[in-house]
Amino acid sequence: MTKKRHQELGLTDEQVLEMYKTMLLARKLDERMWLLNRSGKIPFVISCQGQEAAQVGAAFALNRKEDYIAPYYRDMGVVLAFGMTAKELMLSAFAKADDPNSGGRQMPGHFGQKKNRILSGSSPVTTQVPHAVGVALAAKMEKKDVVSFVTLGEGSSNQGDFHEGLNFAGVHKLPVITMVENNKYAISVPYDRQVASNNIADRAQGYGMPGVTIDGNDPLAVYQAVKEARNRAIRGEGPSLIEAVCYRLTAHSSDDDDRTYREKGEVEEAKKNDSVITFASYLKENEILTDSVEQRLNDEITKIINEATDFAENAAYAEAEDTLKYVYEEK
Amino acid sequence: MPVMSYIQAVTTALREEMQRDEKVFILGEDVGKKGGVFRATDGLYETFGEARVLDTPLAESAIAGVGIGAAMYGMRPVAEMQFADFIMPAVNQIISEAAKMRYRSNNDWSVPMTIRAPYGGGVHGALYHSQSVEAIFANQPGLKIVMPSTPYDVKGLLKAAIRDNDPVLFFEHKRAYRLLKGEVPEDDYVLPIGKADVKREGEDITVITYGLCVHFALQAAEKLAEDGINAHILDLRTVYPLDQEAIIEAAKKTGKVLLITEDNKEGSIIGEVAAIIAEHCLFDLDAPINRLAGPDVPAMPYAPTMEKYFMMNPDKVEKAMRDLAEY
Repeated sequence: MTKKRHQELGLTDEQVLEMYKTMLLARKLDERMWLLNRSGKIPFVISCQGQEAAQVGAAFALNRKEDYIAPYYRDMGVVLAFGMTAKELMLSAFAKADDPNSGGRQMPGHFGQKKNRILSGSSPVTTQVPHAVGVALAAKMEKKDVVSFVTLGEGSSNQGDFHEGLNFAGVHKLPVITMVENNKYAISVPYDRQVASNNIADRAQGYGMPGVTIDGNDPLAVYQAVKEARNRAIRGEGPSLIEAVCYRLTAHSSDDDDRTYREKGEVEEAKKNDSVITFASYLKENEILTDSVEQRLNDEITKIINEATDFAENAAYAEAEDTLKYVYEEK
Repeated sequence: MPVMSYIQAVTTALREEMQRDEKVFILGEDVGKKGGVFRATDGLYETFGEARVLDTPLAESAIAGVGIGAAMYGMRPVAEMQFADFIMPAVNQIISEAAKMRYRSNNDWSVPMTIRAPYGGGVHGALYHSQSVEAIFANQPGLKIVMPSTPYDVKGLLKAAIRDNDPVLFFEHKRAYRLLKGEVPEDDYVLPIGKADVKREGEDITVITYGLCVHFALQAAEKLAEDGINAHILDLRTVYPLDQEAIIEAAKKTGKVLLITEDNKEGSIIGEVAAIIAEHCLFDLDAPINRLAGPDVPAMPYAPTMEKYFMMNPDKVEKAMRDLAEY
């Protein structure tokens, strides 16, 4: 009997099921946040929908106990895989005091959690790329078998920090994996009005590193690419650029109306390749996701999200005077 | 006690901190083999090796951003901007990232990084090798800006900056590098960031300034003293956040205050100093708050006539001090 695709990659049935569960949790959490937004309970949502396969496939290829990540605002799948909980993400959505990302200071999607080595992010895009390079530089100086993993959108790959960061990593052969989640739109502007090169991966050539374009709807393809990049990095062979092609299934954010700039048919077409559905099919074909397992997973996730929502909604806001805290170190 | 130049004090502080803590490393353009275009990192590459005295690609945002990442990992990077004028591509990293990291992460992450940069004019550096850039960063809570005036202060404050757990901009006056010499103890001392320093006691007028202008004010004060005018000189040392207590005390002491900066006048550091004095010392003042600063033109021109017109010097300072004393 021929090995199944995930087995060829060294992944067990349990591991791929765990990947699927993480993808599904990200999707369902995101959907709940939209409901909360539309019912006036939370001010803002920025989505991971359509990018879960890329995010979770990549995260599972990393060492989730040692590696550092510098995620961008859509990476709910990455941070869930790195140990942030649904409850914590909901605390962030509701801007509550116990939000580990920022204590309710930043908008949702601005991830950060030191205990899970999730670097804090901001809103000006691509600033996280040099940070990931700095982490890799430090890890190399300290002779640790650690890589840093940084993500961004394709539009953000136009920023100077992308090019300065990748060049720095290339010159000094640093263990950094940069993954561009190419979801085809930077808010309203499509790929061909953003990027002059045929694909994002080609940009790697200028920085002395391999660049690959992969199907971002296929978590196993993403897993494989990130795993190879990590192995190279640990062997001291330097950085890699990965372009995971996916699609943004929602508007840019809860404040955007994508009907003004893209056809409904295009979104419907993209939904046919929705990884949450296609990966479920793969798991069903391989009898990993049986009906009973699927039922159990759905129940479990619904319970997690309901509890997280109630918990976060009832949690306390920061005191008004907390505005003044932590500008500098407080001894 | 050894006498050394201002720039030797920079190198000494770097060397001592690198010996003391292996997490300290330097990154910047030409800082390695060459030892820096001003030679501030002279000899450090030979002692500490390439990894800890890292020549970076010519890209300032990466220098700041990579430094931030390394600091978040737990290192203590000392980044060099070759000239303060060239810090502009790194402003997003410094203001959006380094300054806000602790605050935005609710005290979870921090950026213990020092960014050194030579600033200031009077060296035929023209528009882009003469600027004072401190005002750009001086309304960014989360940053500290240190601008020392003497070799003694350089060593103590640079060591404090490197040990600080928040980002510090450390601006060194490039004309002071070899112009100013002074006694610097060999022992391991640090000076407090955020504290101004009285450089001269006097009763008649108060001068508040920082950087190379402290030196000009001290020179002028000696001349005024011959005519029986005693100037009190406060060196801000840290220009952000300001030492309000010391400013108020110095202003109240004489009631006549001259504020000096080499930077353009409008929107400069001394405008904020004037506001602090106006808020707290109205009934202690015997004269309007005086400001002596560069003209409001974009930057210092190259031709010697125009450079001299822009640049602060002891004569300009002496005249302003005399005018105030006679008010």
